Formats: sequence, structure tokens, C-alpha cells
Amino acid sequence: MSFNMLVLTCLAYVILLFAVASAAERAATAGRAGWLRSPMIYTLSLSVYCTAWTFYGAVGYAARSGLEFMTIYLGPTLVFVGWWVLLRKLVRIGRENRVTSIADMISARYGKSNLLGVIVTLMCVAAGTPYIALQLQSISLSFTVFVLDPSEVGLTADPALIAFWVAIGLAFFTIVFGTRTLDANEQHPGVVTAIAVEAVVKLLALIAVGIFVVWFVATGPADILARIDAQALPQWTIQPGRWTGLILLSAIAIICLPRMFQVTVVENTEDKHLATASWAFPLYLFLISLFVLPIAVIGMELMPAGSNPDMFVLTLPLYLGQDGLALLSFLGGFSAATSMVIVASLALATMVSNHIVVPLWLRVRAARNLDSGDMRLLVLSVRRLSISLVLVLGYLYYVVTGGSEALAAIGLIAFVGVAQMLPALLGALFWRGASRTGAALGLVTGMVLWFYTLFLPSFGPGVFLSAQVMEAGPFGLAWLRPYSLFGLTTLDPLLHALFWSLLLNVLVFCIGSFLSFPSPMERVQSALFVNIYDRTGPARSWTRPVAEAEDLLPIAQRILGVSEGQNFFRAQADLQGKQGFLPDITPEFLEALELKLSGSVGAATAHAMLAQSVGTAVVSVEDLMAVASETAQIMEYSAQLEAKSEELSRTARKLREANEMLQKLSVQKDAFLSQISHELRTPMTSIRAFSEIMMDTDAMSPEERTHFAQIIHDESIRLTRLLDDLLDLSVLEHGQVQLNISTVQLRELLDKAIRSSESVQADRKFRILRNRDPEDIEVTTDAGRLTQVFINILSNARKYCITDDPQMQIKVRERKGMVEVDFIDNGAGIPRDKQALIFEKFSRLTDEMQAGGAGLGLAICREIMHNLGGDIAYVPGQGGAAFRVSFPRVLAPRAPAQKSAETVSEAAQ
Amino acid sequence: MSRPPRPQFLARDSYRMRRLMDAAKFLPLFGFVLLLLPLMRHSPDVEAPPTASEMVYLFLVWFGLILLALLMSLGLRRVLSAPPQKSDPSPLSED
Amino acid sequence: MQKRVLVIEDEPNISEALRFILTREGWRVDVSADGRAMLTALQADPPDLLILDVMLPGLSGFEILQSLRDGAETRELPVLMLTAKGQGADRAQAERLGVTRFMTKPFANAEVIAAVREMTGS
Repeated sequence: MSFNMLVLTCLAYVILLFAVASAAERAATAGRAGWLRSPMIYTLSLSVYCTAWTFYGAVGYAARSGLEFMTIYLGPTLVFVGWWVLLRKLVRIGRENRVTSIADMISARYGKSNLLGVIVTLMCVAAGTPYIALQLQSISLSFTVFVLDPSEVGLTADPALIAFWVAIGLAFFTIVFGTRTLDANEQHPGVVTAIAVEAVVKLLALIAVGIFVVWFVATGPADILARIDAQALPQWTIQPGRWTGLILLSAIAIICLPRMFQVTVVENTEDKHLATASWAFPLYLFLISLFVLPIAVIGMELMPAGSNPDMFVLTLPLYLGQDGLALLSFLGGFSAATSMVIVASLALATMVSNHIVVPLWLRVRAARNLDSGDMRLLVLSVRRLSISLVLVLGYLYYVVTGGSEALAAIGLIAFVGVAQMLPALLGALFWRGASRTGAALGLVTGMVLWFYTLFLPSFGPGVFLSAQVMEAGPFGLAWLRPYSLFGLTTLDPLLHALFWSLLLNVLVFCIGSFLSFPSPMERVQSALFVNIYDRTGPARSWTRPVAEAEDLLPIAQRILGVSEGQNFFRAQADLQGKQGFLPDITPEFLEALELKLSGSVGAATAHAMLAQSVGTAVVSVEDLMAVASETAQIMEYSAQLEAKSEELSRTARKLREANEMLQKLSVQKDAFLSQISHELRTPMTSIRAFSEIMMDTDAMSPEERTHFAQIIHDESIRLTRLLDDLLDLSVLEHGQVQLNISTVQLRELLDKAIRSSESVQADRKFRILRNRDPEDIEVTTDAGRLTQVFINILSNARKYCITDDPQMQIKVRERKGMVEVDFIDNGAGIPRDKQALIFEKFSRLTDEMQAGGAGLGLAICREIMHNLGGDIAYVPGQGGAAFRVSFPRVLAPRAPAQKSAETVSEAAQ
Repeated sequence: MSRPPRPQFLARDSYRMRRLMDAAKFLPLFGFVLLLLPLMRHSPDVEAPPTASEMVYLFLVWFGLILLALLMSLGLRRVLSAPPQKSDPSPLSED
Repeated sequence: MQKRVLVIEDEPNISEALRFILTREGWRVDVSADGRAMLTALQADPPDLLILDVMLPGLSGFEILQSLRDGAETRELPVLMLTAKGQGADRAQAERLGVTRFMTKPFANAEVIAAVREMTGS
């Protein structure tokens, strides 16, 4: 097997993964993600637990310690079999709060504290880096083992170089599929599907080697069992302490490992998937473990003395001349390593960007009083950078340590590190009294002990801790020896570290919680997390309306993207039974908004951003205490009642609005008649007065005569135009209008409208900003009517956009068969209280600016758009007046006019 | 509530369901104890440990746990779909 | 001494017509479209007659009339109100506020002249 052949195989395999991932992404964006969200894919993605450490290391582990390797898979089995107790709650809370990582979960529970987010992130990076290094090491090791041809040794002599290229490739893959979009829930269908494929590959590879060993090398199961007993070493005896401790440790790890949290909680879409995984994932682990000991035993029997048992899975088939099997096994190991690195770096990068970089950046911006700009791009780039950073760290660790440790050791060290998060996490789920102070102190205590008793010594004496410190303790204090703290000498180093770090962690966590007083926000969050099953409504913490919806829309647009943000606001307004983009600022709305934002930037950041934008006194202590008080707890339990009263108040609001609407309509009818009278009589007054003057004044200069005649003439034209407009409106309102449907270029219509509108206040310079490419759309509609609408909007802007450098931005986009044209100027915009009125008849905003119209323009526009099957709306919060004209790209003949007639007759009742 | 006939069957159903949930909670504990048994069987006088038989035992326990979990998950699935899923905010905000 | 009339009217063509016919009758005519600005001037130096439109930007004709009737100098000032809305309610309100004469647009020039003469006793 040549080196080049091996590289080609790897490349082909990686290309396959790319294809799978991008197909999954495409299916998900097209909404055909049904099969992606199947419980089987979910279960397979969980197999990211089985890394190269499992694939190669388990056999080595078995060769050294017998059955002890099984503990690593039995612990997770117990956790999944017992999913009803813990995982179900964890997954439910995670999904309802749109948790993006384990750091986000802990920070959200303890009062959305970013301090905790930072601590957990740092711990995860510290524990995760060696683990990633381990994967890089195993890939490069498998490369070197595989190439037996001595002529090519020169190429492979540098495993660091292989690790380097592998790291680059993995960073690229993770960035492409892990940070494509910044969407709520932080889910990545492409990555998950690729991981599922890799899960199948590694399982098949290990089983294939196992079957080969049992039935082709040995003569069957009975023979294998006999050989196992023959090979059994005295050190294979099960040691009670390690056996129990490791089962517990691996059980903890499957909950706390950042990558496991990512696939189990963050990528979960339904509770039911967990029900399937509860047996299917243990089954996967069972199958992975089944042949480990047989392979180890046969390897020990056949391979020359001194061969590395960690590589038996690869070297045994090679030694026996099974090149094809060896290649499959190589791919299995490659899969195991790459899937781990991809998910781990994705999870770590999310934490680093959400809890360290973005909050820091926000704080700097806030300190300098700057606008936060487009957050979406920032968060994405930070995340991309973080992924690269995590992989660079892993690579550096690999290069620095030279990668000589037995694989199992590094894995277990990482396990103990992440286990430090367990007390805080369990407290979050089950103990309402757990407090932020306690959690932070416990985490830091556990982390320090882990560093001192396990992590630093793992580099070997002389690297960080001198041999002398290891032997006699720092400053000669024997009770501080890293491997036998406080004189505990009988435990082996791993159990020793696990025992002390977890014990003191829990102790400090509890004492800290007993003694500290939680903030109101913490108490609210604790009730929400611990009593997750008792509620029917979403989390509640915004108790009092404070900000204007108009201020919040721009923030939401920045983080979610413009259209996503607008859609969200419109949907929320809809829920409240309101029209338009601006919902009432109810606590429920703020809650929903925060939840939506936290899906993108994490709970603590989302909360901080909203708090920053709506002022500091957002959640007063009294309000929160009220929620957290015993009364509020009772209310939590009577959630049904609450839901009903919400329903009632919603109905009441709708009724009230309908009633107001009716009253308004009646007033409007009177006002309309009186307005018509005014608009007709005013020009008639001038006409009558001047014609009488011309009749009874004898001495009149010719100039005067011409001037008066001119006035009469102008006023008659004004009268005619008014009558035309009224007729037009009436025809449009009753849907009797004849539409002239033709197929035209939208760009040409816009050109024409801009040219025509230039005659209005022709002396004013007006800059028009357009992007011509999206305007290149063929539309089938009444071109004349549509142009009339465009001209009206543009002329209004020319008249009313009072600024030194007036400009108009025109944006066109098409979605789902609807064309949307946005006209946004940079003027003062329309005041909030007038926005609902502008499309009404005779609603001139400023009387000073007569500008020749009777205030029917926008009313006519709206009727035209209804006739064209579309709409015109005012979009608030865009920095100036902004109108959105939307209409179907191809107008189906006649149907919309019918609908419009209905709405009008309804309105005229 | 709107179906007055056969109330005793309804009650029995929900009683069964609650016991099933209890069983689901005990299962991991039960499994843990079974997995610890090898520790107590080993006699220190024998030179080599009985690895082969312990392996068969452990894999049997493992497989048994998987089977039990499978059976229980079939029942528990119904509980997951039964309670009002209003609390799930996704249908409102995912568009 | 030439008598002075102030016209508060926002339609330039209508105020021009009023200025023409009243000047022809020997009046000195001042025209303004902005009632709010004229209020202080009215208190300081009241004209002999005020012609007031109802629909005005800023302060409406009714509001101007009300503050005139509240001021010492202008309590007795003859005010002719013109309206284009032509609704009974408007007339009633104007009378309640103490208008001297109330006319709807469009008006005959002769009627305006007659009313002005009658109101100022000339």
C-alpha cells in the first residue's frame, strides 16, 4: 500500500463526506429535512462519543487491563438507559431555552451570568485541547503504521506534517458546514448527517476486523473465549475502585463533554428521538465493544513482541496480509477521529465566540458608545476564527507533547476535567437553591484541583511540575503532593484526582449556595429550569413594558437578518391580533424576542443586549421578586389557568379592536363627507370670487385680467383632478377596474417612474440608490397602475423628505412568487402615531405642504396594490420613510379584485 | 373527562404508565448493581482472572439492559406525545 | 382714516380675491396664512375687522377665535368667519364662541362686502 494511495483514499472519503453534508444542508434549507430528523440519524450522531480513542485505544486498553475498557461504554449505557431521569429534562430545558452549548446552559440557569459562561468555556477548552490533539496524533500515527514501504519513509517521517494538514482540512470542513448560517437553535443538519455516515463507517470497520479475527483467525466464539483465558494476565483482574469509579466517570462525561452536549441537547429536535436513542445508542456501544477483547487477544498472540497494542486494529490485518480490511479499518479510525474533531471544535468555537469574544466586543462598543453594526457577520467571523483557534491549540498541544502518551490516558484526563461541570449542571436541573456564587466557586475549585492533581502532572515530571514537587510536594509539604493530596496514598492518580476534585467541587458548590443570596434573575431562572415540566408558557422574566417596538426592530434585524427579523416581528404582531410590524411590548413579546436572539448569540448576550437597548431599569428587583415569590410559584403550578386567561384577554383585545374599528369607521364616514366638501368648495370659492371680480370690475389692466384668468384656470384643473382621483378611488375600491395585464421588465418600470417623478420639485437634487441586478425581473401585471404607485411614492419622497442630501434607496427582491420593492429615503420618516393613518383618504400629514394633492395618493396606491393582488405597507425603523410594495410576479387574472371588493364593502359597513 | 363510561380503565392505564415511569427511573440503578457483581465474585487465590466468563456475563447484562430500555421506550413514547406540547415555543417562532 | 382689515386664510388664491375686492372698497388689507403668528400682533394692535378661515394649519380658526374673545383688546373685535366644510355643527360652534358673522364658501363678493359694511357700521 503506497502513501499516495492512502492519501487519495482519504481525499475520496472526505469528498464523499462533503457531498453528504452539502446534500443534507440543501435538503434542510428546502424544508425536506424529514429524514434528516429521524431518530436513527440522531442516534448515529451520538456515536461521536466513540473517537479514535475508542477505535484504536480500546484494543490497546483491553490488551493492558482486560475488561476495564468496558467501563468507558457501560457508564454512557446507564445514562441513556436511564434517560427518563436526567437526559429528558436536560434536552427539554436545552431546547426550550434555545441553549447553544453547555456553557450557555449553565450561564442561563444561574441568572444569565456571563462570568459562569467564561469559566465553563475556559474549562472546556482546557479539557478539549488534549483530546483534539489525541485525534490528530492517532490519524498521523495510523498513516505511519500503514506505510511499510521503506522507500517512502522519507515522506512519512514527519507525523507532525500529516497532523498539520489534517487539522487544516478539518478546520475547513467545520467552517463550511458549521458556520454557514447563524440560525436559531444552533443546529447543523450537514454536520450531523456527515457524522452519522462516519458512525456507520467506523462501526462497520471495527465489526469487520472483529469477524475476521473470530471466524477466520480463530475458529469461532468458543475458541476465542478459550484463547482469552489463555492470554489473561494477572493485571487483568478487575480492580473494584477503578471499575466503579470509571463507570461513574464515563457516565458523567457523556453528559458533560461539550461535543456530547452539542449532539445530545443542541442538535436534538424532539423528545421522541431520545426515546429511540435510549436503547439504540447503548446498542451501538455494545456492538463497538463486542470484538475489542478478541482483537486484543489475537493481537497479543500473533504480533511480534513490542508492537503497540493501540494499533492492533490496523496492524493485525496488515500483518496477516489483509490489505483491503486494513484499509477499511484505517478509514474507520479516520472517521472516528475526524467526527470528534469536527463536533468538538464546533462546540468549543460556539462557546468561545458567545461567551468570550462577542460580550467583550459588545462591551467595548458600548463603552465607546458605538452602534453595534451588523452583528450577524461579526458572530459568524468570530466563530470561524474560533474554530481555527481551537484546532491550532490542539495541533500545538500535539507538537509540544510529542504525542507519546498511551491514548487512553489523555482521554481519561479530559473526562475528569469536564466532570467538574457536573455539580453545577445537576444543581441547575434539580436544585432550586443552587446559586451562581456556589456554582462559580465550585467550578473554579474543581478546575484548580484537576489542573494540579492530574493535568499538569500528565505532562510528566519536569515539564510543569518538577520531579521534586511530585515526590515530596511543593516547598517540601508532603500533604500537598499532586498524586497523594492530604495523605491519600492508596488511590491511583486518576481516581485520586477524580475523588478530590469532585468532592471539593461539590462541597464548595453547596456551601457557596447555602451562604450566598441569589439575584432575582437567578431565582426566576431556577424556577424555570427545575420546574420545566410544570409550565405551559415560555420562560418569563420581562415583566414590564419599557421599550418601543420600533427601537427593538433594528436590533433584531442586525442579529437575525433583515427579513427574518421583520418576519418575526410581523408574526408576533399577528399573534397579538395586530396589523403591521410593530407588536405591543408585552412581557411575552420581550420573552419571545430574547429567546429568538439567544438562539443566535447565547442567553447571557441576548439578555445583555436587550437590557442595553431598553434601558437599565428593565427588570426591577420588585418585579422579579414578585415572580420568584411563593405566590408566583403557586401560579407556575396553575399554568392551565394562566393559559386560559391569556386566551380570554386575547379575545377581549380582538373585540375591543373590532369595536374601535367600527367607531372609527363611523367617524371616518362623516369626516370623509366633510373633507370632500372642503376639497370641492375651496377651488370653487376662488373660481367664483375671481369670475365675479372680472364681471364687475371695469378698469382692469390686461396683466390683471390674464392673472385672474390663470387662477380660474388652475383652480378648475385642481377641481377636475380631485374628481378624477375620487372616481379612480371609487372604481378601484369596488373592484370594477379594468386591468391591463402585460409582461414587462421591472427595471424599466422603475426607470420610467423615476423619470416621471423628476418633474415634482424639479429643482431639488435627489440621489437614487439602486441595485440593478435584482431588478431584472419579468413581471406580469398592470404595468401602468404599478408605475402609478411607484411615481406616487417617489413624488411624495421628493416633496416630504426634507434633508440636505436627500436620497432614496430602492431594493428589489423576490421570494415565493412575490416581488417586494422597498423604497427607503433618508428623511425624518413618519411619526409613529401617523403610520396607521397615511393610507387613509385625505390624510395629508402637514397642511402647510399642500403640494397640490388632496391626500388621496397613498389611498389610491393601496387600492391599486390590492387590485394587483399585493399590498403596500409602511416599514418602520429603517432610518427614514420606508414603503414596501409587494405584488405577485405573475398576476392571476381577476381573483384579487374580487377579494379587494370584499374588503372594501366590509370596511364601508 | 368527557367520556364518563369506563373510567376505571382510564385510571388503570394511567396507573400503569406511572409505574412504567418509576421502572424507567430504577433501571439505571439496577443495571449499575448488576455491573458491579463481578467485583464480588473474584477470588484472590486464583492467579489469572476468569476474564472470558466475566466478559460473557457483562455482555449479557448489557444486552438485557438494552432490551429492557427498548421495551420501556415503546411505552414511554406515548407519554411524550400525550401531554400538551404548548410549552414548546418552536411552532410559534420558527417560520 | 383708512380702515384696516386682517385676513387669516391659508389658500393664497382666496386671500388674493378678498384683498382685491376689499381694497377696491377702500380698505387697507393685511393677509396672513399663519394664525398663531398673528395672535400677539392682534392683541397689540387690533385691526378694525378680522376675516378668519376655519381650516388652518397649526391653530384652527375656532382656537384663534376663542383666544381673541379671551383677550381684553379683542373681546369686541368684529370677526367674519368663512368655512368650506359647510356643516351645521361648525356654525353652532362658531356662534357659541362669539363669532360676529359666519359665511360658507363659495361666497358672492357682494355678500362679503355687505357683511363687512354692516359689521363695521360704515
